[in-house]
Amino acid sequence: MSIVSLIIKREFITKVRNKSFIVMTFLSPLLFVALAAFVGYLGSMKADTKRIAIHDESGLFVKEFTAKNSKSAEYKYLDLSAIDLKFLKDSIANESFEGLLFIPKPTNPQDFENNIQFISNNSPSLSFIERAQSLIGTKLTKTNLINAKLDTIAINKAKANVNISLAKATGEETVKGLNEIKIGIGGAFGYLIMMFIIIYGNMVMRSVIEEKTSRIVEIIISSVKPFQLMIGKIVGTALAGLLQFFIWAIIGLSLLFAISMFFGVNVAPTAKISPEIMQAAQQEMAGTAQMYIKELWNLPIASILVAFVIYFIGGYFLYSSFYAAIGAAVDNQTDSQQFLLPVIMPLILSVYVGFFTVINDPHGTVAVVFSMIPLTSPIVMLMRIPFGVPLWQIAISVTLLFGTFFSVVWFAAKIYRIGILMYGKKPTWGELYKWLKY
Amino acid sequence: MSTILEVNKVVKRYGDYVALNEVTLSVPKGSIYGLLGPNGAGKTSLIRIINQITLPDSGEIILDGEKLQPKHVQYIGYLPEERGLYNTMKVGEQCLYLAQMKGLSKAEAKKQLEYWFERLEIQGWWNKKIQELSKGMAQKIQFVVCVLHKPKLLIFDEPFSGFDPVNANIIKDEILKLREDGATIIFSTHRMESVEELCDHIALIHKSNKLIEGKINDVKRQFKTNSYEVGVLSDNVEGLMYDLTQKYKVNPANFKSLNDSLKLEIQLGNATPNELLHVLTQRGQVTHFVEKIPTVNDIFIRTVSDK
Repeated sequence: MSIVSLIIKREFITKVRNKSFIVMTFLSPLLFVALAAFVGYLGSMKADTKRIAIHDESGLFVKEFTAKNSKSAEYKYLDLSAIDLKFLKDSIANESFEGLLFIPKPTNPQDFENNIQFISNNSPSLSFIERAQSLIGTKLTKTNLINAKLDTIAINKAKANVNISLAKATGEETVKGLNEIKIGIGGAFGYLIMMFIIIYGNMVMRSVIEEKTSRIVEIIISSVKPFQLMIGKIVGTALAGLLQFFIWAIIGLSLLFAISMFFGVNVAPTAKISPEIMQAAQQEMAGTAQMYIKELWNLPIASILVAFVIYFIGGYFLYSSFYAAIGAAVDNQTDSQQFLLPVIMPLILSVYVGFFTVINDPHGTVAVVFSMIPLTSPIVMLMRIPFGVPLWQIAISVTLLFGTFFSVVWFAAKIYRIGILMYGKKPTWGELYKWLKY
Repeated sequence: MSTILEVNKVVKRYGDYVALNEVTLSVPKGSIYGLLGPNGAGKTSLIRIINQITLPDSGEIILDGEKLQPKHVQYIGYLPEERGLYNTMKVGEQCLYLAQMKGLSKAEAKKQLEYWFERLEIQGWWNKKIQELSKGMAQKIQFVVCVLHKPKLLIFDEPFSGFDPVNANIIKDEILKLREDGATIIFSTHRMESVEELCDHIALIHKSNKLIEGKINDVKRQFKTNSYEVGVLSDNVEGLMYDLTQKYKVNPANFKSLNDSLKLEIQLGNATPNELLHVLTQRGQVTHFVEKIPTVNDIFIRTVSDK
């Protein structure tokens, strides 16, 4: 067995055997699902019913509110127009109700617009204020129309409601949320690649620092070249990362498969038992879900996965050479912060570019340029891929990425070679530059 | 005696600092070669170059008749001064890994390991992690890793540091046995008594230059001052002292003896020991008469402080 493969094997086995790797690989998908479910549960939880007092001097609007009262509603409106306003204001203090909506009776109906007050000790939720404004506004508009002697029925009839449905040239009908799905998938993979680069790059750095501080490095490089050690370390760690990704991909794909099976096969028989309206509603719902899942399958999943692997390898190799050089230059992890910042910056920049630019315009100049620059291309390009990227762009971007890696690794190896034998003080940027010339 | 290692005018610079200045050495096959020098003299730089950890800026190294090249790493065993192993890796796995790096097959490495573990009576450590071992125990493992691949040339940098006297003796015996089996040993240390005890050749490096090299006895001969330590029982001490100070340089000496004899260190200059004996026997009874041989320690201190 060649020496480099020996090093790769050791690095891979050490990483994979590590408890945190096992926990992260198998628990984090579970954790992710659990977290999503938890957030969903929190969102669906019913808040306590809030009592809102309404003192409507005009008597025009209070019915609009009380008509909304039901057992399950979040707000319960109480018509307290008969009770003295000052008394009501005082009783907000002892919290017998959440707030008081005060509608005065102005002489001119136009003055309603700016004279309505909501009095409460806690600031009300935005959605509540919006709802109240819209209720009052609609009623007021209606009243104004009637006062102006306009035909409200004719106006209602004249209102148009446009709903554009999306279709592909092939004639297949698609769902409206498709772009959101693409953004979500691209964003998730771009973010994932950033996490992988940072996590596995850090692993490389830690492993270099460990060898340096335990001083075993001197024994090892009396048997192998520093460059071989560095490459072996980077490749071995990358394999651990890829293994983790494949496990996740398999879990994810089988989940997707299971869900499609569930919606594709199981919905029909249960629907038969339901009453007719329910059946229609459910079929419609199932139809939408089916369409979403079909769209998921229609996404270039294979090319996304392949691209992830290629860009992870390229991006990770590039960044982990930086990480290895930094690890060699410092004696402990706290010293590494100063050197890490410039490494993490381009990663963060690519995520920002991805989320602000690619999402708006996946094939715009900014997106294309950043998906070519080697330091940002792994993340930005991965975010673009669900939207369909021409092959030549991918080719250029991958070539640039790997070309840059080969030149960066040469510099990194020089710093690494000197750094692993230097103990004591933390080097400055100037010293690192000097090491390049030794 | 043929040489196993030749160092030819090796120069190493770190920026402006010259760590080795045209250092030339030759290490005879089968010797125990003491590489001496104060801290920062350049010993570690030289050892790293021999181990191909760093490259010399100029000069060449010949190992066993061939120019030093990557394949030679398997002929060399190196025990660095700063010891280190993977803390979280198991002893057995770690030794196998490091032995395979030196070119042994897995099966061969395992066989050798079993031999050495039995020899040093550490069989029970195979599945322990280094962090569970004491420092001395880890040192033993490191020693095993260093000799496992039966290197022709062994380089020990302070091999006894960290060992208690019992284990230091075990290691010393192992080193001697390795030499018997045909290995050559380069031995870098500050402990002069172990140099005195083990080495047959020495070289002294000081401030990047080699100052002394040769068989230990030749070097000592070179440094001897023709001085003798004598003990005399005399009735007429004043007369004796008068005679002696007329002819030689006399200093009081300090050595162990059972009687109350006068203890002196006498530098003969060009005179012979017999002439001195003649003077002494005329004036009293000689109880002690030994040529003063310089110790390696003396040579080290004299050379380093001269420059």
